[in-house]
Amino acid sequence: MTNYPLSIRPFGVHAMLIEWPNEVKEAILEDILQFNNYLKSNCLNVEKWEIVPAYNSLTLILREKPIDFNKLKKRLGEWYAARGDAEARTKYLWRLPVCYDLEFGIDLEEVAKKLSLSVEEIIQKHTNHVYTVFGIGFLPGFMYLGGLPEMLEVPRKSTPRLNVEKGAVGMAGKQTGIYPQESPGGWNIIGNCSVPMFNPKSEDPCFVSVGDKVQFYQIEKAEHDLHKIEGEVGIYKLEKIKWDA
Amino acid sequence: MLKVLKAGFFSTIQDNGRLGLLNKGVPVSGVMDSYSASKLNMLLDNEVNAAVLEITMTGPTLEFEEPTYICVGGANISITLNNNPIQHFKVYQITKGDILSYGRLEKGFRNYLAVKEGFQSPKILQSHSYFYPITVHSQLSDREEVAYNPCTSYSPKISEWQVDSFLDESVLTVSKGPEFELLNDKQLEQLFEIDFTIAKDYNRMAYQIDESIAGHTHSMLTSATLPGTVQLTPSGKIILLMKDGQTTGGYPRILQLSDKAISILAQKKYKDHISFKLV
Repeated sequence: MTNYPLSIRPFGVHAMLIEWPNEVKEAILEDILQFNNYLKSNCLNVEKWEIVPAYNSLTLILREKPIDFNKLKKRLGEWYAARGDAEARTKYLWRLPVCYDLEFGIDLEEVAKKLSLSVEEIIQKHTNHVYTVFGIGFLPGFMYLGGLPEMLEVPRKSTPRLNVEKGAVGMAGKQTGIYPQESPGGWNIIGNCSVPMFNPKSEDPCFVSVGDKVQFYQIEKAEHDLHKIEGEVGIYKLEKIKWDA
Repeated sequence: MLKVLKAGFFSTIQDNGRLGLLNKGVPVSGVMDSYSASKLNMLLDNEVNAAVLEITMTGPTLEFEEPTYICVGGANISITLNNNPIQHFKVYQITKGDILSYGRLEKGFRNYLAVKEGFQSPKILQSHSYFYPITVHSQLSDREEVAYNPCTSYSPKISEWQVDSFLDESVLTVSKGPEFELLNDKQLEQLFEIDFTIAKDYNRMAYQIDESIAGHTHSMLTSATLPGTVQLTPSGKIILLMKDGQTTGGYPRILQLSDKAISILAQKKYKDHISFKLV
């Protein structure tokens, strides 16, 4: 277990920010999530504290009253030194169905041209890869997926769209992800995922957690249409595999 | 039931917001001006988290179908109960069929209506707060009905309150944000000297500012943002995140508004002025 140098500093009066080195790295995310679990099980009252992990940071938020920073900073240092490595939460690999038909993949041909690849090659590379969820934010259920193959890196669109469809699968720079709801957006749209990424009717509205893995697989339009209907009534099936790596 | 005869510009039900889902990207939501809303709940002896109606700019016309007690407060809007003007931060008894009408907005931007025991609209993910698409609707619409518990006898401990109006205040007290240290002397000077103007783009998610300050080239990894987080874009634009603001962001978080400053800002509208004061 590596002990990283942490920067611990106030973020307003109700929050504390803990930062790891400024890198996108699995090992850092792993350490963040272990510490997060350690804090939740041994140190902080989870009824009162909210903790937001993302890339290289953990933000601890206490809404009911101002935080005693010096005291908390000292204790966080102690807790970090005392954390165990047996605390990791079980991680899952989620296999998500994507329809890459040009009807949904409205930027696929343009992206193919920019990357000098065929549409089939893009789909093959996009589905071959296992992505890590480095953060969830921007919209409810929006995953920041890391690990896009370098040959798929393409800049954001110069003019963002006012309306990107719910379920749209996009790529921009080093990132790929799914728009969980209709939204404005500047990513290149290459397909549509038929599984709703956020369901407000469910007690656990977002099945994915930071640190989980995601892999896409291609489906045909007919299957996609069926999934969408199933998704609307909430009976979509999810492929979930325990991740031990 | 509270019957919405006319919905007005933008009215929503809000409590203190959604807890526990920031790590799934769900904004807190909740009342924008919690200072005013909490005073109303106190006057009615409600729980601090009781749901109120947040009325934006042009108010609605509402009919009460059961007896209760109400009070209103926040932005200066002329409000009448059965055509008689009513005061802010004062408890009024309501009988069946009473009509509450909102008139002209004079100062501020958001007014609150609280009822005894709070509105009993359905909770979604443990909160009454409207936030589309977590909630089915983004705002109240004509003919919609909102539930509340009838109440015929209540004697308020205090029936009216001289609440210090902060609608004229324009100084927002702030603390340093996590990326404050990135600011150079020029940016610091601009940030604390300029009398900023609220831009056209402002809503429950964020307020934007007309004036820009010097930009930057700092790139950071996406990290948590909070209501009251002040972000600086590379081109020098200032964005103040509010209650429905996104839970993560990639722009430097240069300042963090105090709780009171969030309430002050919540009462600002297009062309109003604000300035920052570090405490």
